[in-house]
Amino acid sequence: MGEAFLLNFVLYLPLVGIVLLMAAPPGQEGFVRRITLWVMALQFALTVILYVQFDATVPGLQFETRLPWIPAWGVYYQIGLDGYNVLLVLLTAFLGPLVVAGAFTAITKDVKLFYAMVFLIQFAMMGTFVAQDLFLFYLFWETMLIPMFLLIGIWGGERRIYATIKFVLYTAFGSILMLAAVIYLVWSLQQTTGITSFAFADLYKAELPLNAQIVLLSAFGLSFAIKVPMVPLHTWLPDAHVEAPTAGSVILAGVLLKMGTYGFMKLGFPLFPDATHWFAPAIMVLAVISIVYGACLALVQNDIKKIIAYSSISHLGYVMLGLISLDLIGIQGAVIQMVSHGLTAAGLFLMVGMIYERCHTRELAAYGGLAKLLPVYSVFFMILTLASIGLPTTSGFTGEFLVLLGAFTASWQQYRQGAVLPLATAVIAVSGVVLGALYMLRFAQTFLFGVEKAPHQPLVDLDRREKAILIAIVAAVFLLGLFPDGPMKKTELAAKQYQQLVSTPRLPGSPR
Amino acid sequence: MSHLLTLIVVLPLAGFALNGLLGNRLGKGFVNAVGCGLPILAFFATLKAWAELEGTGAPIVDIAYAWARIGDRSFEVAFYFDRLAAVMALIVTGVGSVIHIYSTGYMKDDASYARFFAYLNLFLFFMLSLVLGRSLLVLFVGWEGVGLASYLLIGFWFEDPVNARAGKKAFVTNRIGDAGFLLGMFLLWWAFGTLDMDRINLAYANGASPAVSASLVGILLFVGATGKSAQIPLHVWLPDAMAGPTPVSALIHAATMVTAGVYLVARMSGIYAHAPEASMVVAVIGAATAFFAATIAITQTDIKKVLAYSTVSQLGFMFLALGVGAYGVAIFHVMTHAFFKACLFLGAGSVIHALSGEQDIRKMGGLARRIPVTFVTFAVATAAIAGIPPLAGFWSKDEILWNAFASSRGGSPVLWAVAAATALMTAFYMSRLLWLTFFGKSRLDPEVEHHVHESPLSMTGVLVVLAALSAVGGFIAVPHFLEALLPLPATPEALHHYETPLVVTSVVIALLGVAAAAFFFAEGGARAGRVRESLAGVHRVLYNKYFIDELYERLLGRPLTWVSDRVFLRIGDRMLIDGALDGLARLAHRAAGGLSRIQTGHLNLYMFFVLLGIVGTLAWSFRHG
Repeated sequence: MGEAFLLNFVLYLPLVGIVLLMAAPPGQEGFVRRITLWVMALQFALTVILYVQFDATVPGLQFETRLPWIPAWGVYYQIGLDGYNVLLVLLTAFLGPLVVAGAFTAITKDVKLFYAMVFLIQFAMMGTFVAQDLFLFYLFWETMLIPMFLLIGIWGGERRIYATIKFVLYTAFGSILMLAAVIYLVWSLQQTTGITSFAFADLYKAELPLNAQIVLLSAFGLSFAIKVPMVPLHTWLPDAHVEAPTAGSVILAGVLLKMGTYGFMKLGFPLFPDATHWFAPAIMVLAVISIVYGACLALVQNDIKKIIAYSSISHLGYVMLGLISLDLIGIQGAVIQMVSHGLTAAGLFLMVGMIYERCHTRELAAYGGLAKLLPVYSVFFMILTLASIGLPTTSGFTGEFLVLLGAFTASWQQYRQGAVLPLATAVIAVSGVVLGALYMLRFAQTFLFGVEKAPHQPLVDLDRREKAILIAIVAAVFLLGLFPDGPMKKTELAAKQYQQLVSTPRLPGSPR
Repeated sequence: MSHLLTLIVVLPLAGFALNGLLGNRLGKGFVNAVGCGLPILAFFATLKAWAELEGTGAPIVDIAYAWARIGDRSFEVAFYFDRLAAVMALIVTGVGSVIHIYSTGYMKDDASYARFFAYLNLFLFFMLSLVLGRSLLVLFVGWEGVGLASYLLIGFWFEDPVNARAGKKAFVTNRIGDAGFLLGMFLLWWAFGTLDMDRINLAYANGASPAVSASLVGILLFVGATGKSAQIPLHVWLPDAMAGPTPVSALIHAATMVTAGVYLVARMSGIYAHAPEASMVVAVIGAATAFFAATIAITQTDIKKVLAYSTVSQLGFMFLALGVGAYGVAIFHVMTHAFFKACLFLGAGSVIHALSGEQDIRKMGGLARRIPVTFVTFAVATAAIAGIPPLAGFWSKDEILWNAFASSRGGSPVLWAVAAATALMTAFYMSRLLWLTFFGKSRLDPEVEHHVHESPLSMTGVLVVLAALSAVGGFIAVPHFLEALLPLPATPEALHHYETPLVVTSVVIALLGVAAAAFFFAEGGARAGRVRESLAGVHRVLYNKYFIDELYERLLGRPLTWVSDRVFLRIGDRMLIDGALDGLARLAHRAAGGLSRIQTGHLNLYMFFVLLGIVGTLAWSFRHG
């Protein structure tokens, strides 16, 4: 119980933070900021302990809590760590203090409410990752929506209302579909096996007819695909990013988008393996379209936030490709790619925030020669750019390389059995590395090199707070690039379980 | 196990870190000591490794750590040292070290002195990973890394947009090649479950598991090589890369990095030995690039551009050798080329230094007596590349010509003829360069004229060393040294009586080229001018590099932007997706006109409705679930 307590403590710590904030006297903004930072730092420190103690050799849940909640419906309060979520929980906790510290100077309006919302979303994201019961998962999933909605709506840019409504419309649409699917799924489980349960572990055993699987995966899948986002369900993302305050963008790119890919990995594909098999070609094609389409659009953007937003679409396409390859290396690569994208995109958005605070514009054309004007800033920016491109020794390489290797070898195997499409998608995905270099270097070249140009000069280079934030991110980027073996050990059993769940026909006689 | 190889690789990395973090604060003495000292140490460590290798005779393997273990597969960061790696590592650390020393003079007054040395050391780190890596993965890390260092160094003077653009072009063009490289690597992984190059070669040598066609893999890897080594059709980045500082052109864009593709093919000779189709592609592309780049070099007027096209052309020679199975000969030419081309580039740097930045050979002339050391060393290196015996270039080039003619693995008189014609052009354009720069009357700007001065000892000393190597380097019998590892192709007995006539021919060709240049460019170049006028059309095509840059821009660059902007962004995102979304929203709005009154703009109210919706749905689901 002691161990399980730790995970619960980590999960509910942000709520404690909200209570502390409420107790803070008005006008004490410095105090509010410090309290928030300390709580987030504590959460990260405790998560590190969880991560270190997480035993990579034990399959299944660790630090598990399972309490009856609504027994009549088989709903349990069940949370725990496993290989699926352990790295993402760590990532979420890691970004928490950075998001808070990054907002110190940017947010001056309703500071208390702002940090309360950051705490709330942190709580909801953690909860979504650790939930092991579909009912609980859905509650956390929905809870994430509200603070994000408010972060953009209150602290956002000029067109924030348009962006929030678009964001809400898309995600609410996904939520409704998912809700219906959840109910139908639990009902069918009861019909076929007589068990009434929301527990993931039980749901994995549901033997649904292919038609039902297809309907359910469509519903879950649409909801997840909106979050990823996969083309053509992506147009909410650039607007949300552009209008969101830096903290919102960082949370969005750093963690929220991974909800979609995590959802596919934890629920969508393993719950409905036969339908996944049926949909696989379409998913591969959509993943590759996302890679190429996102990259092409990133190439022609003039708003620096939009460039990173579209690049996210491209990068998460690689995650989807790795997941659907069902190759162990590809799956592991996908997990690393999720974390890596969380680090690089969060870092880049933080850096955009830093320059925005100085120059008050996101127009790419307004900048030039920052390498001269802000040398320290430029070094960090270059490193994150290169990590985003997937240059070796950075986390981006580890993720991209393993995904492509896994996807290609799996597709080659299928090609030898006569299937051309997977190979075509894999080859196009490999060519995507060229586009990645093209749009990021266009960005960096205009931004950092050339004639010195920036509004509101003279500019002051990074201060200690900003440097500390970026050093933390860059260190993580290199750690995952140079020594990915440790983290991957922690996820390996889950990756194998995922592979096995999705590769084995759930219904006897389903084609493979 | 000793970690000597790891040490060799890590030494320059330490230099990068030290100079990058502390260089600006601790001053030039520190930068010089670290920046030059660590590469020199790496050179001696390489010598030690070589001694160990010769002592035991067995390749040295040094496993640094396991990068990733997935299932029962493992990716290791491991280094491998055999004679091939030894030759390459000695070139990299040796030529690298002297170029570092030269840079202390050349970059003396640059504001970003420490940054420059940090980048150079970073380059050496990646280049050594490339040549010492045991697996294709480590090689690829170095491969991409040298590209990065090259990018940073081309854009070293990043205030100039031309430099920044050239850097980006180099990076992106290389990435196109890398996509092919990756595919080849993936196929090998699929077939053998390892990326260790010694194991892959062994597997092919044993004839085991040709589960994947050697020619397919060979061609894919070669696509990577065309990027890094600037072969057709990916050669376009190298001449632009000359925007970087001249020592960078010498080290990266002549002596070492651009030969990485040659090394890759030689290292994977186990594959190419079983891939006649791929080998033929390599030979033909190599010969075509050699010829084509030489024609361009004849007309260029920027001293560094002439040398750049010459490099492209010489790399073509190396691929020609690889294509006909003479791997050791290709590596031999890598070495001699490293000597004479580094000498030429550094000599050009010395000229540019003397002329306060002037690079246009039309504004030079008569420098022989003004900067004598530069002149003599440049002349020796020119003679070497032109193939005048007994200088270094003669030996390696002659062996390439012989194998192109006689190799039983794809040699043919056609390949020989193309190579010989290229050799003629090489002698011609190099002599033209020498002539226009050093002989005749001075065409300098009067202002420049005053400041002409010989370079400091740190530069001229290096020139003398490299000129000496260019002179005698041909006596280092590299093909013989590598024979056990990379056996030379058989040559049919019937062709052997051609050997002597061919050697004579190639000497005659070299002399002819030199003489022709002297003939056309003597007396102020009046004869050359007349030829240029009578062939104005041809000259225009050559001078503009066959308009290939423009062609790529029209065929690839602009369509990509157009499709991205007009089709994907405007039609896809805005019209179709958002349009449909707006339509839906409007429809819903009209259908629920009365409800619009609750759109008060108060977020609290919205939030309340969202919560209400969730709670309501949940309540409903409990009832009816």
